Amino acid sequence: MQTVMSSKMATSNNIAQAKRTVQQLRVEASIERIKVSKACADLMHYCGEHAKFDPLLMGIPASENPFKDKKPCTIL
Amino acid sequence: MCDQTFLAATFGPCDNCSANRPLMNIYLKNEPINYCSLCVELMACQGLAPGETLASLKTESENLKVKLEEERAKLHDVELHQVAEKVEALGQFVMKTRRTLKGHGNKVLCTDWCRDKRRIVSSSQDGKVIVWDAYTTNKEHAVTMPCTWVMACAYAPSGCAIACGGLDNKCSVYPLSLDKNENLAAKKKSVAMHTNYLSACSFTNSDMQILTSSGDGTCALWDVESGQLLQSFHGHTADVLTLDLGPSETSNIFISGGCDKKANVWDMRSGQNIQSFETHDSDINAVKFYPSGDAFASGSDDATCRLFDLRADREVAIYSKESIIFGASSVDFSLSGRLLFAGYNDYTINVWDVLKGTRVAILFGHENRVSTVRVSPDGTAFCSGSWDNTLRIWA
Repeated sequence: MQTVMSSKMATSNNIAQAKRTVQQLRVEASIERIKVSKACADLMHYCGEHAKFDPLLMGIPASENPFKDKKPCTIL
Repeated sequence: MCDQTFLAATFGPCDNCSANRPLMNIYLKNEPINYCSLCVELMACQGLAPGETLASLKTESENLKVKLEEERAKLHDVELHQVAEKVEALGQFVMKTRRTLKGHGNKVLCTDWCRDKRRIVSSSQDGKVIVWDAYTTNKEHAVTMPCTWVMACAYAPSGCAIACGGLDNKCSVYPLSLDKNENLAAKKKSVAMHTNYLSACSFTNSDMQILTSSGDGTCALWDVESGQLLQSFHGHTADVLTLDLGPSETSNIFISGGCDKKANVWDMRSGQNIQSFETHDSDINAVKFYPSGDAFASGSDDATCRLFDLRADREVAIYSKESIIFGASSVDFSLSGRLLFAGYNDYTINVWDVLKGTRVAILFGHENRVSTVRVSPDGTAFCSGSWDNTLRIWA
């Protein structure tokens, strides 16, 4: 009796899981997509627009970067 | 299988039998329902439509997967690096270690910048969480956690608190006080409770909510003040190792990556898994949104980093070289999204040109695995933490 019950629970567990997977895949298959060329063009556009504000990309003068070493100070 | 390892994250009256039991949060016809596990099983047995069997459901799910791939492939008309051919190539990069933060007694596992662009919080295997002033390399605060392997730490947006957690399965929030002598551990607040280790945590736009991911396969959104679970996210079938929130203040999505090789996109309000990407060959160690919020990068144990576009719903670039055979543990974008900094288990940091797919620099300096890489909020520098017990600031 015990073994019959547990195998029934095991199969129904698999059924519940399979139903969830099917449900999830249906949701994923139905989303709207755009073409890769358009998506890539947008990424490039964003890069181009923001490149001048990117310190690591453009490099900023040592005097403006708090991390870059300035000339040593002399204590008067 | 994760169904055995993770317990339900909520407890309360079942919508069906009204008994107070651990609840499973599932979706039926896009409606969230909270049934206890017994009612879920009974419903599953009754819920089979005539002619449906386990086998027929499995075939349907296989067919759906194939259809999903076909739909994605239809829109795959070009590769990113082809589109980027007309973009100017980048010049030589000179990035050096400008500061070395020493003080941890063991491996540095996680770091986060404060929004003031100068403070950094870092956590380590030895259980210590330290707040540093990156300009002066001074330690401002130190907390000793009751557990080792503090794998996650995060700075609150206001700069007034930090969150951390690890093998204690919890995420705790410590308000930072200006009084140096105050014992921070006394004010500690336990916010998140998982059934396995905490792998990552992040504050949302305010100090009031925290998003966590755990080795129990789930992610969860918590209210800091009350410690209440606001939303839980089920879908990963193995440990979740990393998460990242959408960059815009109005976006309600976040991404997570885990040991099941999947990167999932979630809706924070409904708890629904919107998209899933499974092209990596091994555990995904890090995910990070592209600054525009339309794409994200991932780093994995398969030694590659990949760029996925959310609107095209597919992988659009892969950053790899035959000479790179060690896993990538951490990734972050520069401010414009043109550069991708990735820390690897071979002790190096590789800098990739996101658009062209080429490597522009390789940075040496750490004497052990690089475990975390974070670009500062104003993009002037980035910080790397390593198993050699140090943090380095590069600019």
